[in-house]
Parts: sequence; structure tokens; C-alpha cells
Amino acid sequence: MLQTKLCKIKLKNPTILASGILGVTKESVDRIGKRGAGAVTLKSLCHEERAGNSNPTMFSYDGIFLNAVGLPGQGIDSAMKDFARLDNLSLPVIGSIYGYRIGQFGEVAKKMASLKPAVIEVDISCPHMDYGKPYYADPELTAKVTKIVKLNSGKIPVSIKLSPNVYDIKEIAHAAEKAGADAITAINTTSGMVIDIDAGKPILDNKIGGVSGPALKPIAVRCVYEIYETVKIPIIGTGGITYGKDAIEMTMAGATGIGIGTAIYYRGNDVFRKVCGEIMQWMKKNKMKNLDEIRGIAHKR
Amino acid sequence: MQQTETCRTDIPQMLEIADVVQEGKGQKSFFFRHSIASKPGQFIMAWLPSVDEKPMAISYHNKKEFAFTSQSIGIFTNALDKLKKGNKLGIRGPYGNSFSTKPNACVVAGGVGLSSVSIYGARSMEHLIYRKRFKNMMITTDDGSFGRKGFTTDALDEVLSRNKKIKIVYTCGPEIMMKKIFEICQKHKVELEASLERYMACGFGICGKCMINDKICCIDGPIFNSKQLNQMSDFGNFARLKSGRKVTIKEYHSTH
Repeated sequence: MLQTKLCKIKLKNPTILASGILGVTKESVDRIGKRGAGAVTLKSLCHEERAGNSNPTMFSYDGIFLNAVGLPGQGIDSAMKDFARLDNLSLPVIGSIYGYRIGQFGEVAKKMASLKPAVIEVDISCPHMDYGKPYYADPELTAKVTKIVKLNSGKIPVSIKLSPNVYDIKEIAHAAEKAGADAITAINTTSGMVIDIDAGKPILDNKIGGVSGPALKPIAVRCVYEIYETVKIPIIGTGGITYGKDAIEMTMAGATGIGIGTAIYYRGNDVFRKVCGEIMQWMKKNKMKNLDEIRGIAHKR
Repeated sequence: MQQTETCRTDIPQMLEIADVVQEGKGQKSFFFRHSIASKPGQFIMAWLPSVDEKPMAISYHNKKEFAFTSQSIGIFTNALDKLKKGNKLGIRGPYGNSFSTKPNACVVAGGVGLSSVSIYGARSMEHLIYRKRFKNMMITTDDGSFGRKGFTTDALDEVLSRNKKIKIVYTCGPEIMMKKIFEICQKHKVELEASLERYMACGFGICGKCMINDKICCIDGPIFNSKQLNQMSDFGNFARLKSGRKVTIKEYHSTH
């Protein structure tokens, strides 16, 4: 009922652990697999080891979740030893990568490809960049990154993860598709800040962080809706998906894969199973056989 | 569908330090006149603005107040050491599971890892804490400056050989010590619950940094029983750095 095909990869259901939540170790991949996810995205890796930001790096209130972990990671070389390979785990694994400079995206993609992930996801929202403008905010830079990753990934499909912090997400998505991207992951967190009025300081040590959780959902649905109208490649819709109804809404906007991250905080590691159960319940009630029947229906006039 | 799940809140609350008690050398307890619903073995996250936020075990707890005890070992704990009554800290939690609190128990603690104790070890006399708080303690010091010279592990081996009434051992302290205690308990066929420590960013099972094999230390633990410990190849051997890289316990402790 929930079987989904994403870039020719068969998923038992469309829920995918989003990058950045757990996904640091082989055992956590397995753990999420056992809790019903269709696929797991690893925490992003780059060419070097990074400790990330000091705490506080995350907190939540009123359906708003803020984080600024600062892309910590053991680095691709260490991860190659730690994971050895990604095609023999209990479910499809998506390898998330990034670099500071364009060449590093290629270098890391090549190493990630050697681990044989089901998909390579490219986090272009990295704050360290070659030029004045971040990769995610410039169609030309997005295209450059996409091309070099494709060149180094062999036959492994590549998904470009976009940021909502742009003037026009459609032109960025279009640039990625034109440069050879096989899918789009939308969206990363949106930029935000919370100040503690008793401390008189931003709570995050990094001051600025990314907003996720239910607060992000309407922004994500809007972005996926706009991207669906612009590109033909599949979309992994991510941002605030917490309940089955959110996943259905995202599918109606045009998503094929359903990214789930922060919802683990609200509903536990079993959130994948819960969301799938809720989707199926709704489908039965509305006499649906598969999700293709509703994908993108919000676009019909 | 229960939409109330998304009301969950975990944000630091700035609390005034009501008291600071010097417990031992470089060891201080910070008291807050604030009620917190915590169980033995749970921890809070303490935020010192512009410095850092770290997990701290709750060391005193009643209906009106709670405290945690810190030992100065790094940038964060050294900054805590300078705090005075009236200063504020951001507190969130409590987090983690708790000890089972069964009868006929023996508690073994090392360093500042104690809350209620039978056998307690420290480096030397000046590092001993809570001495007036707990009676009937068997104290060991590495240098013999107080109590018996040697380690808690030797004392436990003797106690378990002598006293067959002990059904369970609770422990908290350096992981190398706890690993030894685990082996002693296995030998004597006595149940064990140990409080483990790993680098944590969130305290609520999201960041993935505190994984010990397939367990998430902050939500599945920090307390693990004999059965769980027996299946943990990382226990006493490996931990992950802030970056997520797996290193030996020794290297992990040298960088924290």
C-alpha cells in the first residue's frame, strides 16, 4: 500500500529519516530501520573531521525546534572505515555530503559513492563557501555543485537539498535539475533566533540556528508545491512532518519521499511506524490503493 | 491523532543559584530553590550563557530544591567554579532513566559519581565529597590518605564474597572502574546497574552523539543493567567524540 519508488529505488514506505537526526553510526541506522522507516539519511559528512558548535545546540518550545549543531562529523575518511559499506544494511541508506569548496564536494562524493549508498544527498546549505553568496542561494553555484557531484557519483542517484532561505526556490530547483540532479530534497531548516530574556542572550551558542518542527511545515509545503510545478524529478519533502496527515499533505503538494527528522523528538523513534499507520488509516477511509492517486493533486484546478 | 505531542518543550529556564557548597577540592554543589520531578540517576542540562551547556547529574533533591555537583576539569566546570550565590544558570530537564532502588543493594561510587553510597573511592582525602552526608561508608583513596588504600573494586570483591545478602550493585564513576565492577558482579552473580556517561548535545535522543552500540545513552540510559551491559561491546572500551568519531575510552576522557 505504501511501497514507493524513488529514483528507481524501492522503498517499503515513503518515510525517510532526514539528515542530521541520529544517523551518526551504523547501529543507529539499524535502529531506525527496525522502527519502520523506508530509508535512512546519514548525518552529513565532509572532507574533514568537525566537532561542530558548542552547546546549547538545540532546544524547543511551542512546536518550534531550533538547532545549530554546526555540521559536526567524523569526516568521510573516518566514516569509510566506520561504515565500510552502506549497501548491506537492513534498509536503503542515503549518504549526505557537503564540502567547503566546490572541488571538495566532488572529492567527498567520490568517496561516499565507494560506500555504495542508495542515493547521495548534497547539503548545499553549508555556511563555509568559496564565494560571497552561499551555494544554495545562487542557481549557477547550485548547478556547479550538482555537476561535480554527478561526475563523481557514477550511477548512484544524486539529490540536491535546498534551503528555503532564498528569493525564488523554483529557479534553484530548476538549475539543479538542468545540471543533472536525479531528485530534490526540500527543505533544509529556515534561519531563526531565540533570545532568553532573563539571560539577555540568544540561547544557541551560535546565536543563529535553523528552525524545524511543526513551525517549518507550511514553509516546506509551499516550497515542495513550487518545486513540483518547476521540475520533473522526484522530490523528498522534508520539514515539520510529524503526523500521517502531514505526510499526506506533503504528498498532495507533490512529494514522493517523506523526510522525517524533528518528529522523532515529539513522537519517539517509532514515529515512522506511527506515521505510516496514520497514512494507511486515511487511505482506507478514503478508499485509496496507493499514494500515486494523491501525489500532486493540490495542483489540479 | 494526539496533537498534544507537539506541545513538548525543552528550553533552558534561568534559575538563580540559591547556595554554593564546597564539597571537596575543586568540587562544588550548586543549589536551586526550585522543584524538579526527578528520580535517582537522572540528569539535567546546565547552561552557562556564552560558555557552554553540559549534562549534570542531580545530586540533591527534595520537594523544594535540587542541586548538582561539579568538579573543575575543563573550561565549562572551571567557569562554574567561579559562580556565586545569586548568579543564574539555564536549566532544562530532568532527562534519562533512573536506578531501580531495590533493597539489599550495595552502591559503589568513584570520583564525583555518587549520590548515596556504600563503597566510595577517590584519588585522595581532599577529593572526598559528601562525607558528612552519608554514614556507614567504606571509603577508599588511591593514595591511602583516608580510609583504606586502594580501589573500590577490591573492596567490592571482598564485600560480595563476605555478604551474600547483597542482591544488586548500583554504580557510578569512571567507566574503567565500572567495567571492573561489572566483571566482579558477573563473577559473584550479582545484578548491576551502572550509570554511563557520553558526550551529549541534546539530552533527548536526537543528536546521535551519545550512542553506545545500539543504545542512545541519554534516553535509553544513562542507567544500564547487567544484561544490557553484557551486550555492549563499547562499554569500557569505546566512546564517540563530539564529532562522532569512535575512539578508545582513554582518548575520549583525555579530550573531555
